Formats: sequence, structure tokens, C-alpha cells
Amino acid sequence: MKRLVSVGLGLLMTTAMAAAQAEEVKIGMITTLSGGGSHLGVDVRDGFMLAIERSGRDDVEVLVQDDGNRPDLARSLSNEFMQRDEVDILTGIIFSNLAMAVVPAAVRQGTFYISPNAGPSDLAGRMCHENYFNAAYQNDNLHGAMGAYMREQGYERPVIMAPNYPAGTDALAGFKHLYEGDVVDEIYTQMGQTDYAAEIAQIRASDADSLFFFLPGGMGISFMKQWENSGVDMPVFGAAFSFDEIIIKAVGSAAIGAMNTSLWAYDLDNEANHAFVEGFREAYGRTPTLYAAQGYDTANLILSALEKAHPDDQDAFREALREADFDSVRGEFRFGPNHHPIQDIYVREVVEGDDGQPTNRLVGIAVEDIQDVYHTQCEM
Amino acid sequence: MTKPVTRTLAPQPGLPTASWHDRKGLVQIGLLALLLLAPLAAYFLGHVYYVNLASRMTLVAMAAVGLNLAIGYGGMVSFGHAAYFGLGGYVAGISAYHAFDLTPVIGWPLAIPGSDSMLVIWLAAIVLCGLLALVIGAISLRTTGVYFIMITLAFAQMIYYFANSWPTYGGEDGLPIYLRNSLPWVDTGNALNFFLICFAGLVLSLALVSRIMKSRFGAALTMARLNDTRLATAGIAPYPIRLVAFVISAMITGLAGALYADLNGFVSPTMLSWHMSGELMVIVILGGVGRLYGPLAGAILFVLMETLLGGLTEYWKLFLGLVLLLVVLFAKYGVMGWLAGRERHE
Amino acid sequence: MTLLIEQLINGLQLGTMLFLMASGLTLIFGVMGLINLAHGSFYMVGAYATALVSATTGSFLVGLAAGIAVAAAVGALVELIVIRRLYHRPHLDQVLATFALILIFSEGTRWLFGSSPLWLNPPAALSGSVTLPGGLRYPIYRLVIIAVGIAVAVGMYLLISRTRLGMRIRAGESDREMIGALGVNIARLYTLVFAMGAALAGLAGAMVGALQSVQVGMGEPVLILAFVVIVIGGIGSIKGALYGAILVGVVDTLGRIFLPAFFRHFMSPSEAAGVGSAIAAMLIYVLMAVILAFKPKGLFAAHD
Repeated sequence: MKRLVSVGLGLLMTTAMAAAQAEEVKIGMITTLSGGGSHLGVDVRDGFMLAIERSGRDDVEVLVQDDGNRPDLARSLSNEFMQRDEVDILTGIIFSNLAMAVVPAAVRQGTFYISPNAGPSDLAGRMCHENYFNAAYQNDNLHGAMGAYMREQGYERPVIMAPNYPAGTDALAGFKHLYEGDVVDEIYTQMGQTDYAAEIAQIRASDADSLFFFLPGGMGISFMKQWENSGVDMPVFGAAFSFDEIIIKAVGSAAIGAMNTSLWAYDLDNEANHAFVEGFREAYGRTPTLYAAQGYDTANLILSALEKAHPDDQDAFREALREADFDSVRGEFRFGPNHHPIQDIYVREVVEGDDGQPTNRLVGIAVEDIQDVYHTQCEM
Repeated sequence: MTKPVTRTLAPQPGLPTASWHDRKGLVQIGLLALLLLAPLAAYFLGHVYYVNLASRMTLVAMAAVGLNLAIGYGGMVSFGHAAYFGLGGYVAGISAYHAFDLTPVIGWPLAIPGSDSMLVIWLAAIVLCGLLALVIGAISLRTTGVYFIMITLAFAQMIYYFANSWPTYGGEDGLPIYLRNSLPWVDTGNALNFFLICFAGLVLSLALVSRIMKSRFGAALTMARLNDTRLATAGIAPYPIRLVAFVISAMITGLAGALYADLNGFVSPTMLSWHMSGELMVIVILGGVGRLYGPLAGAILFVLMETLLGGLTEYWKLFLGLVLLLVVLFAKYGVMGWLAGRERHE
Repeated sequence: MTLLIEQLINGLQLGTMLFLMASGLTLIFGVMGLINLAHGSFYMVGAYATALVSATTGSFLVGLAAGIAVAAAVGALVELIVIRRLYHRPHLDQVLATFALILIFSEGTRWLFGSSPLWLNPPAALSGSVTLPGGLRYPIYRLVIIAVGIAVAVGMYLLISRTRLGMRIRAGESDREMIGALGVNIARLYTLVFAMGAALAGLAGAMVGALQSVQVGMGEPVLILAFVVIVIGGIGSIKGALYGAILVGVVDTLGRIFLPAFFRHFMSPSEAAGVGSAIAAMLIYVLMAVILAFKPKGLFAAHD
């Protein structure tokens, strides 16, 4: 028991010391580094840290904690960051359900939250807040863009599929919103499902001419492998969440030919992106995913605002963030009235790379200047 | 687990009578005092975070006190107590949601309005968790051993999947509680006040379990665990005894869940997941199975490990696993066995 | 009609996948009376070893052999260090210790191999599909999984009923003290059986991993399903595991497909898909609860 007490005292002392340093900017990153979906968090963190290192600023301190993909732990970590470490800015959350647990309370307590990934509809709409910025996308963006693209390409009878949870139903709703036509069938799978034989049989039995699916992480890997094995001959479309560089390497040849929408591609031709992709490969020895790009952009957004104001001056700092005065690796980037991006969404195709491994190749722009539909519900 | 009958039939020093004379009493009072005084000190030094951390420990401990009644005293190894923890949480969340929206929770046949009063929520959480446990227990207690472990898990999984995919209350996204629910004359938004509410809840749960185990009912429950044939020969059917204990256990865990949702300002299906059931079991074992204060010691240790290791390394679960393994293998009687010595007669 | 038959085959196929996993679990419980939550970890170990070895050697078969061997070796090691201390402990301790093992294995694997999923595909010869009698096209690899599942079932039946080891296993199931008295080295027998169970999990991980995502935590969803299977079938019974697996596979598959279709008679397609799949997700747990309510020891209780 004596040990417990001394541990407690130790914690109190470190806090007291930390509070003594002034003017430094503290950023608390809560992200998913263990359990399911951890490669997303690792990439967000690595991209973010790359930008911080490159800035050469030694007055910015980034504290990183693992949320283990658990909302209650994320919530507790956010309290730890705000109440103990007194961070100025929070960031890092990967999954929408964790963002919903943390963000509303955090921003109301006067902390800035900059999202590097999750963009649930509520935070873009009726629960938007002046201290909340999303540097990645609103969840519907990529799905809607693919709907528009497929319509434009002349597909008339798509089957659409997603897991039965809020992000899944949102994805299909977002798709239908911009597809603006009837779909042959809507299939909801189960969270964490690993076998898709039944769904594949159902898709084959329908008279669909194309398939759009949203199955993030391991679910997408399982599905794509089984899809190829089943020999169904139908073009496949999705959002980048099922086709990041790490996932398609795990899927292998089965991914080749699939089209996906993304807000960024590593072969996007602009100076900031060249510097980022090269730097990331050098630092970590792998090709960055869109999550790494989002982490990198999030850090650069924050750094650009820090050039102009310290977060203690809330109004000035908020105004500086709104200007989004940085070179985004995705090209043009600006914020809408609800602090969510207005941006181009690209189409990529999975092709066989020079090393024989599948990789994404930029095809073109699916939708220019896409903006979420929820901004009309946002009163700020 | 096989303890002589005499131990539990004799009056046990529980909470109200915890004496200053023996080591166990000292440890028990010490643990409670630590849990009470540390956040008090932190609060007056201006470190609100530690107050909330202590509230978290307290509530996890309280949930485990409930589970301990089933596992430790009743010998019913429930792998599904997350169901009650989560249901309690959802009662708080759903009620607050409707109170906020001014819509009824149930519109028909009679309109039940939402409420943001903690008293109403607690009552509802206790009653609903009790009813759920009555149904689940009535079916599950027909089985024993591994089957009981697995059927309780199955029921919890059913509720988990339901909550995950039912969109009305947020599905997997969960349900935020914007304003902490209220109590008359108390500012529940204040971290210290809320901690004291949680602490009172924990002390009452401990007192209740201690009281139960000293009663004739407690003696019968112990007998049902050790030798139910003998209990049956004494003219008492073990099944209803176990069922009642199971229901009370779920009620305590459910109340802790309702408070936990208020602490986080948030409830989600994670509170219902099998990992949560596992964690509650871990806490019971860490502390020492069937020890009144075991869950308290287990919860303090578990939350501290989670917080400290999580800050040190992203592979903290690996070390958590190692510690758990060592405790199960070598510290048979948990932290309480180590701090306070084994139970007498053991 | 063809669709119904195809879905029945899919259910059967899912059932054999589950059986591969459940057989080892139920064997270990039957002989040693041990609940092993870490069984899913051996599944993951098997898949990882197969993926890594087949990536370096370029041969799926070599990878498969390695996967089984590594899973067996890890299983034996875990038995020697940890598991053998648990045989005389209550189920509660077993659940906890093996829960801790899950954490150690998952995070240890992530530490060693990173958090990215690995590449593992069926060999080229087994990819693609064939036309079955009746004009139904079906993936070859899934047929192979069914075949392997049947082979394992037959193999285990022969092993247990015809060999000396099987005799000892049966003796161990019915009377643990007795076989010790008869001069059988129980410690060695237990290590062997545990390694066999782990090898079966490794085989399942390697075979099924080729159709799924090889990543940390891949064993957890299938572990829970495997437990449902053996509890329905009667813990410790290989026959029960087989029937339980097929029952769960078929019910789950048909539920997933036909419940949304059923609800379409009452509501809009979107809603029907949502509600149907929500109920489908609960279906096997409902099945398990109903079966246990009427047969508290499962369908084919091996022993009390």
C-alpha cells in the first residue's frame, strides 16, 4: 500500500512541475495503437510526428496515449490530458464512436479538438462547435463521391453493402444521396463478420451491374479475398478505408481493378505531397496511407495556426485555424462554415505496382469541392 | 474455493464491525480511507483529474462488489455481468436523452417521461437490472459449471449486438449525456460531490453484501455453493437462493453502471461487451475471490495499472496480461490475501 | 431454389470452419477439464506462421505445415509453463489465466510483427471456382475447407476409437486418477493433447486465414463462436462439436440472408435490412440459450 501512495505522490509532483513551464504548447493525442484498427492510429501518429519534427519547433510538446479502441478509456484519457496535463489542443481519435464520447465534452470545456480522421455527422451538423475542426473529411464525403462517380460512369444497378452500425448506415445513406438513383439491393453485414459466402451468393443472384461496399479494416480484407475466390465478375467500388496501402498489400491480387475514392493519393502531384511521401518513406520505411497524410495535414494545420497565435488566445487561434493557411498534401483545402473541409475527392484504381504488389494509382477527380450536407444544421 | 463450512456460518467481521484489532480490519479501513482521502487531498490541491480517477475506481469497484456476490459468495461464475453494467448505463443515458428532448421514453400504453433525476434513474436501473437478471438467471441457473459461464456470456452478447445495431440510441456510436443528471440540493457537476456520491454507493454496497452474508440467507447461499445436496436435505431448495443472490448481484452492478455513465457523460455498447465482463472478473480475482473488500483492492490496482502502464508504453496490455497471469498463478488469494492474510480457517 | 441450396452449402462450409476451431477446444476440455480462452491465440499463431513462411518460401503447403508445427510447439510450451498449473484450479482461475494469455499473445504478436494485417492467399491451384452438378458455381478453396473439416472429423474419430493414444484419451475423460494408477504418464499425455488441440487451432487459422484477414485479434470473434458451438454440442464431445458447428453455421447463414428478406414484407428495404441483420446477429445466441434451457448439458453431453 505504501507503494500505491508513493506512486500517487509521484504523479502529483510531475503534474506540479509540468504546470510550472509556461508558454509551451501542449498537444494531447488520443489514438488507437492497440487492438483492432491499430494500423490506422499508428499511421496518424507517425504522420503527425513527422510534421512536428520537420517544423523544428521545440516549444510544441505532443503527448500520445493509446485508447485501445474503447470509448470509456478515450473519455478518461481526455480528462487526464485536460485536467492533469492541461493540454491546449486535443487530436488523434480514429473512430467515430470514440470521437462522440470525447469531443462534445472536450470542446465545451474550452479545449480545441482537431480531428485527423473521424467525422461523424452529428459533429458536422447539430452538435458542431466553434472549437472543433475536422482536418480529414466528413464521414459521408468519400461514399458520396463514389456515388456521384458511379452515376457518371453509367452504372445503373449497384448493390451496396456495409456493416450494420451507425457509420455503415451513414455510408450507404451518403452514397445514395449523391448517386441519386435506385439501388438493386442494400445489404447490412455484421460488425466484425469474417465470412461473406452468403452475401456473395446473394449479390451473384441479383441482377446488379456493380458493387459498392464499405467494410473498414479486416472486414474488407476478408471480403475481397472471398470475393475473388467466388469468381463473380462484377466491378467493385469502395472508399479508401478498404483500400489503403497496408490493406491492399494484405489482400493481394484480389484487390487489383477495384476503384476507390480518397481525399489524397500518394502519387498526387504537388510539392507538399512529394516532400511528405519521400520524408515518410525515409523515416518509417513504408509508403504512407491516407491516415498518415491526414495526421501530417492535421499537424501542419495546427502549426500554421500556432505561427499566428497561441491557443490561450482562443479567438485569434480559432481564426487562424479557420484560415487553414498551410500547404495541404491533398492540394486545395479550405474549411466550410461548420469547420469541415471543402475539398476535391479523387478516384484511385488498385493496380499492380513495379514490385508486383498491388498499389493505388490516381485516376482523376470524382467530385470537386465536395461539402457535407450537414453544414446547414450547424449553428455556430 | 473449497472452504470449510464453519467459516461462513460463523459471523464474519464485515464493514460495520470491522475492528481495529486485526490485520484484516486495518487493511479494510485503510483501503477505504485511501480511496476517500486521496481524492479529497487532490481536490483541494486543485487536481480534479485525480478526483475523477478515484470516481472511476470507486464505480468499477462497486460493479465488482456486485459480481463478487455472485462469483465469490454464490459460486456462480457469471461471464455476462457487463449486461447489467451496460443496462444501468443505458438507463441513465436513455432517460437523460428523453428528458433533454422532452419526449417520452415509452409512448404507449402509458407515456413514461424521461427524467434527469438521479434518484429516478437509480431506481429504474436497479429495477430493470433486477428484472433482466431474474429472466437470465432463471434460465442460466438450470445449468452449472462451464455451461453457466457460457450461457451468461451468450445472454450478454445478445444484448451487446442488439445495442450495437439498434439505431434509436446511437448504436455503436453510443449516447452522450450532455448534462450530468441531477440530485436535489447537490451540484452533481462538481467532481468532488460526484465522487462522494459514488463513494457512498460503494460503502452501501459493501454494507449490503456484508449484511447479506451474515444473515440466514447468506449462510444458505454459502451452503448452496459448497454442498447443495446438504442444503436440500435441510429442506431449503438451492435454486431460489441462488436466483435471489444473482438478482441482487446484478442490481448492484447495474447501479454502478448508471453512475459510470454519468461519470463519463456517455454510454456505449462497449459497456456491454465481453471484454467488460472479463475485466470485472479480473478485478474480482485480482482482489481476492469471496473477500468482501477484494473488489475494492482489485479495482484500485487495475485502474492504476491501466493508467500508469498506458502512459509508459503502447504495449501496456502485454504487461497487464503478465501481471494478471502472475496473480492467478502465484497469488491465489489476490491482493487481499497478500495484504490482509488468508481468511481464518483457510 | 439454387440460391437456397447454395446458402445451405455456405452454412455447411461455415460450420466446418467452426468445427476446425471447436474440435481442439472441446478435446482439451474433454480430457483435461480446462477452459481455454487462449485457443483463439493459437489460431492467430497458426495463421501468422503460415503467412510469414509462405511469403518467404512461396509455398502455401510449406507455410501450412509450419503453421501447424508452430502452433503445436507454442501450445506445448504454454502447457508446460502455464496451463499445467491450472488443471486443479476452479474454472474461474482458468478463465482468468487464459484471458491474460490472450492479452500477452495479441500484444506480443503486435510487438513482433507490427499492427498491419499480413498477406496470405490460397495457393493458385485452389483459387477460382468450379461448377457443381446442378449448375452451381462454388469456390474450390471453400470445398477444400469442407474436405479438410471432414478429414479432421474422421481422423479424430479414428484416433480416439482405434489408437492407443485415443484409448488413453478416453480413459482420461472418464477417470483421471485411474490412468495415472495404470502407469500412464499423465503429464506427458496432457502436454500432448494440449499441443494437438493447439495444432488443430493452428490448422484452422492457416486454412481460414487464407480467406480472411490475418491480423492481431483475429482469433477473438471466432473463439466466442467456437465456444457457442461446443456448448451447444455438449462440452468435451467431438461429435457434439461437429453437429453444433454445422447447426450454428447453417442457422447463422440462413438468418443473415432470409431475415432481412422476411422483414421486407413489413417495412422499407433499408429498414428491413437493418432490423433483419440486427436480429440475425443475435440469432445464434438465442439458439444457444434455447438449447441450454431445455438441455442444460448441450445436445451430446460427453460426461457429467
